[in-house]
Amino acid sequence: MRCSSSKPTSEKVDGFTRKSVRKAQRQRKSQGSSQYRTQSAPVELSPLPQLKDTPSAEQQELFMQKLNQCCVLFDFLDSVTDLKSKEIKRATLNELVEYVSTYRGVLVESAYPDITNMICTNIFRALPPSDNPDFDPEEDEPTLEVSWPHMQLVYEFLLRFLENPDFQPSIAKRHIDQKFVLQLLELFDSEDPRERDFLKTILHRIYGKFLGLRAFIRKQINNIFLQFIYETEHFNGVAELLEILGSIINGFALPLKAEHKQFLMKVLIPLHTAKSLALFHAQLAYCVVQFLEKDPTLTEPVIRGLLKVWPKTCSQKEVMFLGEIEEILDVVEPTQFKKVQEPLFKQISKCVANAHFQVAERALYFWNNDYILSLIEENIDKILPIMFGSLYRISKEHWNPTIVALVYNVLKTLMEMNCTLFDELTSSYKAERQREKKKEQERDELWKKLDQFKLGNAPLVQNNSHSIPSVQNNNNNNNNNNSNNNESQEATSTPSDKDLAVTVEVEDSTPCAK
Amino acid sequence: SSQQHQEAVHHCASSRCGEDSHGKLYKNDTETQLYSLKMYSIIHIFYSSYHLWKYTIYDEDEVLLALAEQLGNFTMLVGGPEYVHCLLPPLESLATVEETVVRDKAVESLRKISQEHSPVDLEVHFEPLVKRLASGDWFTSRTSACGLFSVCYPRVSSTVKAEIRQHFRTLCSDDTPMVRRAAASKLGEFAKVLEPEYVKSDIISLFTALASDEQDSVRLLAVEACVSIATLLPQEDLETLVMPTLRQAAEDKSWRVRYMVADKFSELQKAVGSEITKNDLVPAFQNLLKDCEAEVRAAAANKVKEFCENLPEDNREQIIMTHILPCVKELVSDTNQHVKSALASVIMGLSTILGKDNTIEHLLPLFLAQLKDECPEVRLNIISNLDCVNEVIGIRQLSQSLLPAIVELAEDAKWRVRLAIIEYMPLLAGQLGVEFFDEKLNTLCMAWLIDHVYAIREAATCNLMKLVEKFGAEWAQNTIVPKVLGMANDPNYLHRMTTLFCINALSEACGQEITTKQMLPVVLKMSNDQVANVRFNVAKSLQKIGPVLDSNALQTEVKPVLEKLATDSDMDVKYFAQEAISALQS
Repeated sequence: MRCSSSKPTSEKVDGFTRKSVRKAQRQRKSQGSSQYRTQSAPVELSPLPQLKDTPSAEQQELFMQKLNQCCVLFDFLDSVTDLKSKEIKRATLNELVEYVSTYRGVLVESAYPDITNMICTNIFRALPPSDNPDFDPEEDEPTLEVSWPHMQLVYEFLLRFLENPDFQPSIAKRHIDQKFVLQLLELFDSEDPRERDFLKTILHRIYGKFLGLRAFIRKQINNIFLQFIYETEHFNGVAELLEILGSIINGFALPLKAEHKQFLMKVLIPLHTAKSLALFHAQLAYCVVQFLEKDPTLTEPVIRGLLKVWPKTCSQKEVMFLGEIEEILDVVEPTQFKKVQEPLFKQISKCVANAHFQVAERALYFWNNDYILSLIEENIDKILPIMFGSLYRISKEHWNPTIVALVYNVLKTLMEMNCTLFDELTSSYKAERQREKKKEQERDELWKKLDQFKLGNAPLVQNNSHSIPSVQNNNNNNNNNNSNNNESQEATSTPSDKDLAVTVEVEDSTPCAK
Repeated sequence: SSQQHQEAVHHCASSRCGEDSHGKLYKNDTETQLYSLKMYSIIHIFYSSYHLWKYTIYDEDEVLLALAEQLGNFTMLVGGPEYVHCLLPPLESLATVEETVVRDKAVESLRKISQEHSPVDLEVHFEPLVKRLASGDWFTSRTSACGLFSVCYPRVSSTVKAEIRQHFRTLCSDDTPMVRRAAASKLGEFAKVLEPEYVKSDIISLFTALASDEQDSVRLLAVEACVSIATLLPQEDLETLVMPTLRQAAEDKSWRVRYMVADKFSELQKAVGSEITKNDLVPAFQNLLKDCEAEVRAAAANKVKEFCENLPEDNREQIIMTHILPCVKELVSDTNQHVKSALASVIMGLSTILGKDNTIEHLLPLFLAQLKDECPEVRLNIISNLDCVNEVIGIRQLSQSLLPAIVELAEDAKWRVRLAIIEYMPLLAGQLGVEFFDEKLNTLCMAWLIDHVYAIREAATCNLMKLVEKFGAEWAQNTIVPKVLGMANDPNYLHRMTTLFCINALSEACGQEITTKQMLPVVLKMSNDQVANVRFNVAKSLQKIGPVLDSNALQTEVKPVLEKLATDSDMDVKYFAQEAISALQS
């Protein structure tokens, strides 16, 4: 975003900014909080005496004074002003952290309001607009919070406060309430990973200590996720929130409440559709597996849910899905497996035949897993017919030699499981393909007719007597056939010679394009 | 398979309905009958596919989206408005799905067909649906309900109206922020259909509540509603009912809300009228221009011209000079380039409002500063709006600073910047006049022809054509044609091709004489080029300039060359030569 006056020479060459150059510029950036006119006049801090040098009778009073002093906020974007005061506040915060973590009996009831006030003033703020609207968390460096030298200590203080043996939730709940939690949750959108890490631990402590807030916290996390999935597609703290949930799910009582099941089906499964899945997939898969370990009867809806949102164009995500399926199969009960094996292996059979070798490879790795292998063996008569076509075809057609080698091993394993069935399938394979081809032709014909129907080229009467009945006929045929249903749409536009010739002319890079 | 089936349905349905709306099919009775027969089949397919979907054979979101859309066009197909209510059940279930686009489309279709319900049907069929959605368990149905209140409210009895208002109130304080957002976004629309007394008694309290919601995403939607609400209220009520909330929004702690205020500023200004603008909005606008977030400043900077234009005329100049201009001056040297370029895109418009003297004294220094800005976008935005200033003070005032700015942009490392400045060249040339152009800018225009990016060379070619249209054929003959033709001997085949592209563009503007006498010989000579790309472009050029030439030249000079090219060893050269021959024959 910054417009540098001295352009690096690399830019002169091709006119494009190289990503590495832009990144290097960005890495230097950090951002202040969007504090809106918080203070009118600058305040200068003057150092207070050390707590440890003060007689214990006066310590409480001094503690309060120090808390108040730390409510003054400084502008860290301006790195030259208030240096002295900033240093005083930093030292004071350090002292406060030490005070709440090592001294006993400091958390008297009257201290709670001042403590929470200091925390709220420092950490609760409107997060600034993202510096980089198309921030890619995998590629780009995050913008760091510029006031971190103070903020880190405040978070540290909050954590020590919550962990203090004298901490009493019954008193604190007047201050650490729903509103507090809501503001805390909003901060999870911070781009700074250090901040999110603190928030994660803190929210986890609050969830553990405040029973009355648990349902509320879960519901708000729900809302954040739903907003992320269906509205904004942007929230930086999804992974951290899922990590907290992972440990929460572990503690759910059995039988699971409807609320929790709904969370699994209506929030966790749709989360798989997010573009940025890679950033939180590990945590998400952990949560899903936790649920299934709690209640194995959820296996079927979960697998069906995953199949419904299975990625169609994104190979990276497909690899992640396959990883998650393997994690689920690792804990699946054989009776549950039987319920989903058919739709599941239809998908796996598509994956092993995927032109992207990483997808095919990941799916074929299932056959290295002994438990999965035993499940397959137990149900070989169901699974082999589903898998056979794809495996047989790619053993002959896949471009990648590693995949072909893997497929041979898989075919060998399957053959050993049921030799008779394998032979039958081999001999019927050709006839099957013939039939498929014929069906495909019929489908093409139908589409041609439909196109005429649409354009109204042919006379109305003719259309009416032919097209409609054949739509229905063909539909009946099609219902038996689930594979290859994309192909008939492909033959729409074929580039003419002319187009090709024109593109040659636009080529710019080589001295002679021909 | 069922996907294809469904697609087939949409396929038919969309084409039929499309033609229906154009009335093309109703030519005579036989056709009408055939048409109904066909519709019957379509409906039949449609319903069977709907059942397929209903019984979970297929629920791909893309398909559901198409289904939701098509159902909105099905009124005629189910037998006309009398039966339109039988479309409600499928749309109701579509309005509850998770996927936002499907749901929104279902709501859109419901809104559409609500108009086709008779008042009775609306109460018997439609309104109960709205109520069911409004009290649904999952947030999706409640969200959908928000969009349906305003379409049925005006046409139902007063008891039902009271119920609808109650439902809307409930949704405005829903537990789920998603629902509150949906309600807030429909608040303005709902207010418009309410009776004035209910706007005051119901809407204002809802508005105030939503505008102070705990979530900024809800609050900012209330700002949008503020525009509609303010237009509905009499002037004397605005101060007490709307302004406290608006003032609060303009100073909200979340930048998103302030951004929304800045973004909607012109609409707000019109809605609250000139008195409130003078007293409240001017200081609010100043604050937004000085906001701590660049996003907000940029949004406000974008509105500077519109805001000033809409100020009450009696003391417009005084307000601008004392309150707005000082802020604008600061923005010229803002740290953020987006702010500066937003300002640059509107700042020139101030000159018409402030008049010649003020422009020269106060605005000109700002324009000049922006012309020297380090960010090319800022400079471009200034240059692209030169016409506003030209009208007020004449461009001569600027030309001394303009030139270095143009030269620098013309040589910018980013080709998109170069492209942008090329596009303003004809405009600049027109305003600066032919002498200035020849002296200072001509070389630039020629240099672009040998740029290493094709898009620039292409734009440069087009630019030459526009210049010739402006300055005439004689000028072309003296200044640019010789240079263009000179490139035909360039060792780089790309430059040689540029000659051809220029000839394609210029022949018509230059006329028969220049084309035949100067351009044609060069083109013909190039037919012997060793690069095939050049040769087939010769064929294309001949086809292009053919109509400009006289028939004698066509027969004696062009035809033999094309015939020779038609026997070329290269496939593409042959193709284009043949194409040119057949095009020139007809």
